[in-house]
Amino acid sequence: MRPLTEEETRVMFEKIAKYIGENLQLLVDRPDGTYCFRLHNDRVYYVSEKILKLAANISGDKLVSLGTCFGKFTKTHKFRLHITALDYLAPYAKYKVWIKPGAEQSFLYGNHVLKSGLGRITENTSQYQGVVVYSMADIPLVGSHSIIKTTRTLCSFKT
Amino acid sequence: MEGQSVEELLAKAERDEAEKLQRITVHKELELEFDLGNLLASDRNPPTGLRHAGPTQEAELRALARDNTQLLINQLWQLPTDRVEEALVARLPEPTTRLPREKPVPRPRPLTRWQQFARLKGIRPKKKTNLVWDEGTGQWRRRWGYQRARDDTKEWLIEVPGNADPMEDQFAKRIQAKKERVAKNELNRLRNLARAHKMQLPSAAGMHPTGHQSKEELGRAMLVAKVSTASVGRFQERLPKEKAPRGSGKKRKFQPLFGDFAAEKKSQLEMLRIMNSKKPQLDVTRATNKQMREEDQEEAAKRRKMSQKGKRKGGRQGPGGKRKGGPPSQGGKRKGGLGGKMNSGRPGLSGKRKGGQHQGGKRRK
Repeated sequence: MRPLTEEETRVMFEKIAKYIGENLQLLVDRPDGTYCFRLHNDRVYYVSEKILKLAANISGDKLVSLGTCFGKFTKTHKFRLHITALDYLAPYAKYKVWIKPGAEQSFLYGNHVLKSGLGRITENTSQYQGVVVYSMADIPLVGSHSIIKTTRTLCSFKT
Repeated sequence: MEGQSVEELLAKAERDEAEKLQRITVHKELELEFDLGNLLASDRNPPTGLRHAGPTQEAELRALARDNTQLLINQLWQLPTDRVEEALVARLPEPTTRLPREKPVPRPRPLTRWQQFARLKGIRPKKKTNLVWDEGTGQWRRRWGYQRARDDTKEWLIEVPGNADPMEDQFAKRIQAKKERVAKNELNRLRNLARAHKMQLPSAAGMHPTGHQSKEELGRAMLVAKVSTASVGRFQERLPKEKAPRGSGKKRKFQPLFGDFAAEKKSQLEMLRIMNSKKPQLDVTRATNKQMREEDQEEAAKRRKMSQKGKRKGGRQGPGGKRKGGPPSQGGKRKGGLGGKMNSGRPGLSGKRKGGQHQGGKRRK
């Protein structure tokens, strides 16, 4: 277990910033406690200082996980976000997309969301922007997260 | 008068003497204990006047110190003296006080391999004589060491054994065997030493020239040999097609696990700030698209006006109607084609358009 190097932190922040933008500093600097990112077996964990101190007592080969896993670094040092990060990213997301109940199941099973399945979308979402997908009940969903057409295109076809 | 002055002088001299004596004689209830070898004087008198601490104690302490030092010096003056280079030197006796250890007690050394074995088997060292009778020289020689009794390397005549090669040098063979024994002994000694100090020997694991080494072993031996120079291999040239050795870089160093959390947070926030500052505030594609859209709308409005002016008599609504449908669809995706009129006036913006300069090809969707 070790802290991230400068390079690794930068790569990870760039990835996360695609979804939450400047709100990332709210994750780094929290008013209710010191939270930090630690690397263990190529996975990045977001963990509070208290839990980190406890986890340090476990030997490295026996430690499975600590805190929340945000994602992992692949063999070629690219950062891949995991679904366990959704709980932390969803509240800070800049661009959100709500999908209708019918399209929700299809999306969860890995299919694309068509225009017809789109319920709401944040204004000014640009093309290829990273978004967080919600169901109509405001529950963040898991799936691929990139917008193909912009808000304007979608709005024009809505009417 | 003179008598008086003489008497006075004598009295004065006596008084001076008495003062001096007073100064050098110190009265103590208990005698001090002296250890002149260590220049030590121990005063066992109870310090009655020094019970209460305070700034006034300075004078009393100083007086006490002066008295004790005076007594010590008195003792020193009674020692036998020497003259060393025009200085009078007192010869100090042996110190009687036993001083405590300066360094801690040495911990017991681990047993060597032989000692462990002997202990296991119950072998006791046999008492041997130091000198052995040497028949050849007719002398008593020592058992081992310089000019020992039976030194087979010093023989002047060696019989060639029946099964040996007649061309072999038996003398050289014996000298070689001796060297090997010495080297083995040295190795074992170092190993015992390393075990005692819990250090690791610089191991030559698997790098003994046997003549039957595999490619990997030879490679490893070569790499080690390359690094075994005074400059640790920095100026060793490589063969023309030789590749650099793998894994020879420095080990990476990471921040400690619980470093300064505040500092970590600060550096991360700083990184975020830099990242945000690098992102352009103006999204160029959106700005250009917006600009294009506005211009398209203006053009469309102008065309409509012209057509309305020109065809007012005809009262045609068709083109007008079509044109009304035009602008909203123009506001859509612009990345595809262009209107022909767009080419001329705006070369600066055209860099951002993906479609290129098609004339009337793919129009707006």
